[in-house]
This record gives sequence, C-alpha cells and structure tokens, in this order.
Amino acid sequence: MKAETQLQNPYEPEPMRLIRRYPLNEDVHFFQVRAVDMEKALSLNYLPGQFMMISINGIGEAPFSISSTPSRPGLLEFGIRKVGNMTNRIFQLKENGIFGVRGPYGNGFPIEKIKGNDLVIIMGGLGAVPLRSLLLYALDNRDQFGKIYLLHGARTPDEMLFRNEFFNMMKRDDLFCHLTVDQDDTGQWPFETGVVTRLFGKLAHIDPKNTYFAVCGPPVMYKFVVAEILKLNVPKHQILMTLERRMKCGVGKCGHCIIGGYIYTCLEGPVFSYWDVLHMKGLI
Amino acid sequence: MRAVKIKKENLFDFLEAIKPFGDLWGPVKSGDGYVLEKVTDYSNIEMSALRTRIPFKKLLFPPKFTMFKFDEKGIRSSDEELPRQVIFGLHPCDLHALLIMDNFHSLHYVDPYYRERRERTAVIGLSCFPDDRCFCKATNTHYTEKGFDLFLTDLGDFYILWIGSSLGDDMVRECPELVDEEVTHDDLEKYIAWRKKRESNFKLKLDFTGMPSIMELSYDSPLWDELGEKCLSCGACTIVCPTCPCFNVIDEVDIGGGTGERTRRWDSCMFREYSMVAGGHNFREARSERLKLRFTHKLQAFVGAFGEAACVGCGRCIGACPVDIDIQTVAQNLKGEEVKA
Ligand SMILES: Cc1cc2nc3c(=O)[nH]c(=O)nc-3n(C[C@H](O)[C@H](O)[C@H](O)COP(=O)(O)OP(=O)(O)OC[C@H]3O[C@@H](n4cnc5c(N)ncnc54)[C@H](O)[C@@H]3O)c2cc1C
Ligand code: SF4
Ligand code: SF4
Ligand code: FES
Repeated sequence: MKAETQLQNPYEPEPMRLIRRYPLNEDVHFFQVRAVDMEKALSLNYLPGQFMMISINGIGEAPFSISSTPSRPGLLEFGIRKVGNMTNRIFQLKENGIFGVRGPYGNGFPIEKIKGNDLVIIMGGLGAVPLRSLLLYALDNRDQFGKIYLLHGARTPDEMLFRNEFFNMMKRDDLFCHLTVDQDDTGQWPFETGVVTRLFGKLAHIDPKNTYFAVCGPPVMYKFVVAEILKLNVPKHQILMTLERRMKCGVGKCGHCIIGGYIYTCLEGPVFSYWDVLHMKGLI
Repeated sequence: MRAVKIKKENLFDFLEAIKPFGDLWGPVKSGDGYVLEKVTDYSNIEMSALRTRIPFKKLLFPPKFTMFKFDEKGIRSSDEELPRQVIFGLHPCDLHALLIMDNFHSLHYVDPYYRERRERTAVIGLSCFPDDRCFCKATNTHYTEKGFDLFLTDLGDFYILWIGSSLGDDMVRECPELVDEEVTHDDLEKYIAWRKKRESNFKLKLDFTGMPSIMELSYDSPLWDELGEKCLSCGACTIVCPTCPCFNVIDEVDIGGGTGERTRRWDSCMFREYSMVAGGHNFREARSERLKLRFTHKLQAFVGAFGEAACVGCGRCIGACPVDIDIQTVAQNLKGEEVKA
C-alpha cells in the first residue's frame, strides 16, 4: 500500500487466526493463518517474494516470507524456524489462537517480467518458504510461463521442507522437479544425493536469454549456485535472489535493513537481481 | 512567500499574540551550549544560539514514545491528544533537515506518528551568523525559501518577516498592528549588505563537490579501519544529527502481564546490535563497517535516494564525538587533505 492510498496506521497489525499448523521438519513449522475479518482475508493481495511482519503483543515483531500464493486467496501460509524469543512465542500459538500480522511488504518477484520466459527455481533449506510461493503461483498460471524447473536441496531427507508436496509434483508433466539431499542415512531416499549444484546437469538445454533463475537458500549456497548459473551465460539481471536483513518496521523508516548506505531492503528488496547485488556494498 | 517587517521591540508581543498556535519551544542556554526547550519567559530565548544540542527532531519523533497499547482483547490506538507546538529559532540548516525529514516520513508509507506531530507544529525560522563549525555553505543548505511558516531575518533594529505558508499568514493576522507591511528599497539594500557580510563569515571551508564519487572509490580505504579503531560506538553522532531518524521498536509489558505497550525509541546505526540477524550473524560486526554505513548515508547515499545528501552542515556532530570523528574529518581524510583538529 503506497502513501496515496494509505488510510490506516501501517504499524498496527491486523488480527489473524491460526487455522492450522504442523511440523515441516524438526525446527521449522508450517503456519496457515487467516485475517479474522473475512472481507480483509479475501481482499489481501500480495506477490510471491513479499513478506509480512508477525506481531506478538509483549514480545515484538519479526518479518516472515509468505509461502502461499496470491492465486489462492484467503489463507496465508508461513514456514517458520524456531531460533529465538519471537519465534519461540510463535511456536506456542495453538490453532484458533489470535495474533497480529501486517503487510505485505517488500518488492516481491518481478512476475510480469518473468512471464513468457522459462523459470528455474533453486531452493535450499528455509529458502523453500518464499520460493514455494513463486512456484505455486507459476503452476496456478501455467500457461503464462515457459518451462518450469525446480531444483531443491536439503541436508537430509528428514530436513526437506514441503517434501510430500514436492514428491507429488514429481508426477506432473508440466514441471521438471529435481530433489536432492546432501546425505541419506536412511537408505530409502529415492532421488538424487549430493549438493544442489549437482542438479545443474538437468538444465543442459535451457535458453539463457529467455530464462529467469530464482535462488533462495543459506548464504553459502548463493556463491556456488550463482557460479553455476553464470556458466550457462544467463544475464545477471535474470538471476533473482532474496536477502535477509534485520527489520524493525518493514516500511522504510527504522533504518535497520539498510544495505550499502541507502538501500532499504524492506522497500527495494528482499528480492534483488544478481546485477543489483554486485553493485551494492556489504551485501552478502 | 511574502515579506513584511517587524520591529525588534515588538517580537515578544508577537510571540504572546501567537500563543493559540501552541506551546513555544526555543533555544535556551544550558551549560556551555543551548537546548531546545519550552519557553514561557521570552527573555530566556537565546537569539544568537546557533545549534541546540539535540535538534528539533525530538519534537517530531520523541526519543521514546508509545505507538499503541495492548491488552488481552487486542491493540488500542493511543487516544492521547497531542499538544500544538511552535518551534522557534530554526536556522536554514535545520530547516533543510526538516524538509528532508518531512519527505522521508511520507515517502512510500506515511508515518502516522510523525505526521500527527508535524500537523500540530508551526515553525519560525531565524537568520544566523556562522561560527567555526558551520559548513552549510558547503552542503548548499545556507539559505532556504521553504520549510518554515515564518522566518525572521535580523537586520539590526528590525526583522524581515518572511511568510512561508498559509499557517504563517494566519499567525501574522493575529496581530496585524505589530507588523509593518511596507518593505522599502532601503530595506532591500540592508538585506543585501547583510547577506554579503554573512557569506564572508563562513570560516570552515569544506568542499563537498563530487563527494559521492569519492565515497564510492574509498569504500575499501584503510581509513575506515583506522577510524574504526578509535570509534567508541557511543552513538552520540547519530543522536545529535537532525537527519538521523532510525529507531528501534520495543514492547513493554506491565507488571502482572496481559497489558502493555509497543514503544519506539531512537536507535543508532553505530550500536553493535543494529544489524544483527537471527542466529547472531552481524552484517556489520566491525566498528569500521558501521562508521562506513553512517558516513555513506550522510555524504553519498541520500544523494541516491533523495537527490540530495542527508548532511545539512549544522556542525552538531563536530564536537559531539568524544574522539573527533565527524563529517568534516572524515570528508577531509578521504580526500587526502590535512585535518586541523
Ligand atoms: C524478509 C525476511 C523474510 C524472512 N522470512 C523468514 C521465514 O520465512 N521463516 C523464518 O523462519 N524466518 C524468516 N526470516 C527471519 C526471521 O525474521 C527471524 O528468524 C526472526 O526475526 C527471529 O526472531 P526471534 O525473536 O525468534 O529471534 P531472536 O530472539 O531475536 O534472536 C535469535 C538470534 O538472532 C539474533 N537476533 C536478535 N534480534 C534479532 C532480530 N530482530 N531478527 C533476527 N535476529 C535477531 C540474536 O542475537 C539471537 O542469537 C525472515 C527475515 C526477513 C528479513
Ligand atoms: S552529519 Fe553532522 S553536520 Fe551533517 S547534519 Fe548530521 S550532525 Fe549536522
Ligand atoms: S560519536 Fe564518535 S565515537 Fe560515538 S559512535 Fe559516533 S563516531 Fe563513534
Ligand atoms: S525494516 Fe525498517 S527500514 Fe526496512
């Protein structure tokens, strides 16, 4: 919501109800929520790659990527890792519990630019949360995209987020879905093993000028994945990634998310192209 | 803008007449400096004060305030009626800073807390003679035609009273008998002579032209490490700066739990915790990195974001820093110039 149309206080969170939650792995849980006000729930619009500020009175607020897709309005979904104070309290929430959410914030993925091109989504660890939104959006609007690839890497089969969902996607004939784990102690893993860059063999025939890459994962992953993408001669502005910074407001005021002296990640990010990243100081 | 005149002897009566516009805040003496305080006795106002230790920003976004309260039922917006206020004595540098803050707080999202205070605020600017810390000429903020409702230029036994807004016009209409509508050619000549005299009084010769490109090239300069060794991370430089708006958000829970409030407090990019993300990873662990952030933001960055640098040359940070790191020494150091302490 931009200044011209802003009516209410952007810092006051909207009451939301926790509809459903379950573990995605040992420390990341899935949270499905809905605005208590049904009209607001249905009118909430957002883009894949945007985030919301979740608020717990007495504790504070923190930013979380939206994992659901705007093509399925009404419910918002998050994947949250328990790391500290705020996330501990979110994990104490039970179904039907009420808490506050405000947003959506950030730029999101440049969907309009991606449309008409092939799309390669590369996710690792918690990066699956925001990229699931983009993937579901593209699949829901399948005719507007070219070929779609999903490369997903996790440390072990147990750690892979949304694994059942992705297993089912393996059966689709409109998606090239490739899953890998670094290490499989169960001996039951039916797919690839090895780091996510091993899956690049599956991309041999992409057309670099007409392909967008969306990458999200732990910091170490970016380095290796981007090197591989560049080998395919993909233009740098077609490589998209999301960045995490500390955020206290989400609306470009508190200053905590500034990178390189003046880029407000909460406004101009969290999605950046590799070209942007190369020209911002102190970025990754 | 429109100009009238007001005799110096009429100023206090004028301030009395505009009382309905709000509490008057002006510079008063405190120790060896000045502070911006609520004044009821107009003779306490220091007409020659250059910079107040803490700038006007404290009246538009206080160091700490309540955003909203909460209880078991949810959140409640504050229903506290904010007082009207008149800020007296802002010089051109601070008026430029005010314009930057107005713009900043309405860009992308309107900040409602800033706006509600700003809407209840009238601003009366005052002309000044630079001292050895002022470098507003270098930042091109030594004059302004905007940012005030009224502005007084001191021309000896009278002021030119510039009316910069409809609100300023309302204030003058409270007491038309105190002003003189007739500005003569003689007054114009006095004004031009005053400008010349003021111009020649800038002692601090700093050259900021091309600073953004110098900042860009010096990103990896060892100078940042040298300054980082000295910096105490005390945050004094950001507290005194009229264009530093950063804040932290902290929830306070009342004893017994259940009820409490979400508060906002000034924060500083010079504090270590500022850029720390989950798991304790800090993107700006080194002090030198945080210094770099601050000075990039002041000298280069806003040029990118707003088309102008965020430093208005008020000179507050010169003298605030216990170890003499300030916008002047940094800029000169980067350009390889000798720095006079
Ligand atoms: C755009 C964006 C999207 C995000 N999306 C997700 C997501 O989808 N899922 C997810 O699980 N996480 C996501 N995060 C990260 C999430 O915001 C943090 O994990 C959360 O703020 C941690 O808060 P906490 O209070 O639980 O941890 P804290 O108790 O605050 O701290 C945990 C550790 O981090 C440090 N820390 C202190 N303050 C903060 C702070 N404000 N933020 C982060 N760390 C701090 C502490 O030193 C401590 O060691 C996202 C962050 C951003 C910026
Ligand atoms: S950086 Fe220093 S001189 Fe510049 S506006 Fe801030 S306090 Fe004033
Ligand atoms: S005032 Fe000086 S010592 Fe304190 S944080 Fe700023 S630069 Fe560092
Ligand atoms: S999160 Fe506050 S400015 Fe970006």
